[in-house]
Amino acid sequence: MDLTLNIWRQKGPDDKGHIEKYPVSGVSPDMSFLEMMDMLNDRIIREGGDPVAFDHDCREGICGMCSMFINGQAHGPNRGVTTCQLHMRSFKDGDDITIEPWRAAAFPVVKDLTVNRSAFDRIIQSGGYVSVNTSGETLDANAIPVPKPQADEAFSAATCIGCGACVASCKNASAMLFVSAKVSQFALLPQGQPERALRVKRMVEQMDEEGFGNCTNTGACSVECPKGIDLTNIARMNRDFLKSSVDS
Amino acid sequence: MSNNGLLKSSLAKKYMMALTGLFLCTFLIGHLAGNLQLFITGTEGQEAFNKYAEFMTTFPLVKLLSYLTYACVLFHIVDGILLTVRNRKSRPVGYVKEKGSANSSWASRNMGVLGTIIAVFLVSHMQTFWYKMHFGDMPMHDGLKDLHTVVLAFFSPENPLALIAVAGYVLAQMALSFHLVHGFQSGFQSLGVRHPKYTPAIEKTGYLFGVGVPLLFAIIPVFLYVTQL
Repeated sequence: MDLTLNIWRQKGPDDKGHIEKYPVSGVSPDMSFLEMMDMLNDRIIREGGDPVAFDHDCREGICGMCSMFINGQAHGPNRGVTTCQLHMRSFKDGDDITIEPWRAAAFPVVKDLTVNRSAFDRIIQSGGYVSVNTSGETLDANAIPVPKPQADEAFSAATCIGCGACVASCKNASAMLFVSAKVSQFALLPQGQPERALRVKRMVEQMDEEGFGNCTNTGACSVECPKGIDLTNIARMNRDFLKSSVDS
Repeated sequence: MSNNGLLKSSLAKKYMMALTGLFLCTFLIGHLAGNLQLFITGTEGQEAFNKYAEFMTTFPLVKLLSYLTYACVLFHIVDGILLTVRNRKSRPVGYVKEKGSANSSWASRNMGVLGTIIAVFLVSHMQTFWYKMHFGDMPMHDGLKDLHTVVLAFFSPENPLALIAVAGYVLAQMALSFHLVHGFQSGFQSLGVRHPKYTPAIEKTGYLFGVGVPLLFAIIPVFLYVTQL
């Protein structure tokens, strides 16, 4: 396959950045998108240039590191996959492919296609956990009965890998799908109840502080989410936040 | 963390947007019920409509509701502007290529634009009828302010601006339709009302409401213009 890549190049956080054209040839349809990027970088390095910086880690679709906005969509044109699970067979020979970093004030560009997603970490630190005693007298997890439907729903919220595709896809750069998934995975389980109200308040407050936008219920986040996190989670967060604010 | 956190929060602005918006939906029903009387022709229609207009402007409970409606309109607009400003700030550098149509409806991405069209219409609409009814020089009929004649004259082919008015009215109702189709169900979602059992019903109702109400509103000026040709 012969392709033309239009890639966002930006030397650092303060550089203005621009789109640069890279014609590539000999791309196999069986390559993953990241392998195609590796091939391009290999060539750039051989030519003495600066390779395109991009995030990646497991390349199995479970770590949440890869983060490219491909042809106007987070993780490219396919549903339910991360960029590393996107294969070149999803494109046609001769295609023009535009590759950009996630765009959000809360996700500043580090270099090229790499953005700083520490804002998500700070949201988790603000309340996305269950406080447990780790003194050595930890209870057996199975000692607490959890109905199967709740367990399933909590698990499906917990499949969020924190990649940030929701923020990248939202026209308002809102982080509500991410935050609501992290709120829900505990809100649905008995272990999450004691800190439920405080957790949602703190996490929403931190989300606002980080400079994410507001949800306007376009639903783009859920459509582009590689894990298919549902909008029901956002409704649950809205409900919990209202309840916690009225209660306390 | 006190209740103060609720007022400052982005979610509070969403709740306000939803509550004011859904209240305005109920206002639309009341307004439409009155307007539909314009389909009654002759003096019978004139009397019915004028009586309705008199009731809407003088009955104490309705007056109270009307103040609530003005407040909701203002809140909805100011809140909408505040949210939009914040949302713009959240993405200072946009995408070179963005394919919004792949993951969301056009209406959901353009609520601000649609709302602005509705607001512009509202100013013109209130100036033409509301202001005249409340503070203007009104013709009288049977001891009541004759709003019926004012409305008919405005949408009469004899008014050189009537065609523009009808077109503007229909256009504004189209904007309202798109605004409602997204806004109705979105309001419930913002308030946390979502469940696999009843959300499909909310969405269906929102669609019927969003298409039906503006459609009925839009037919009236067309009907008045055509029947007076």
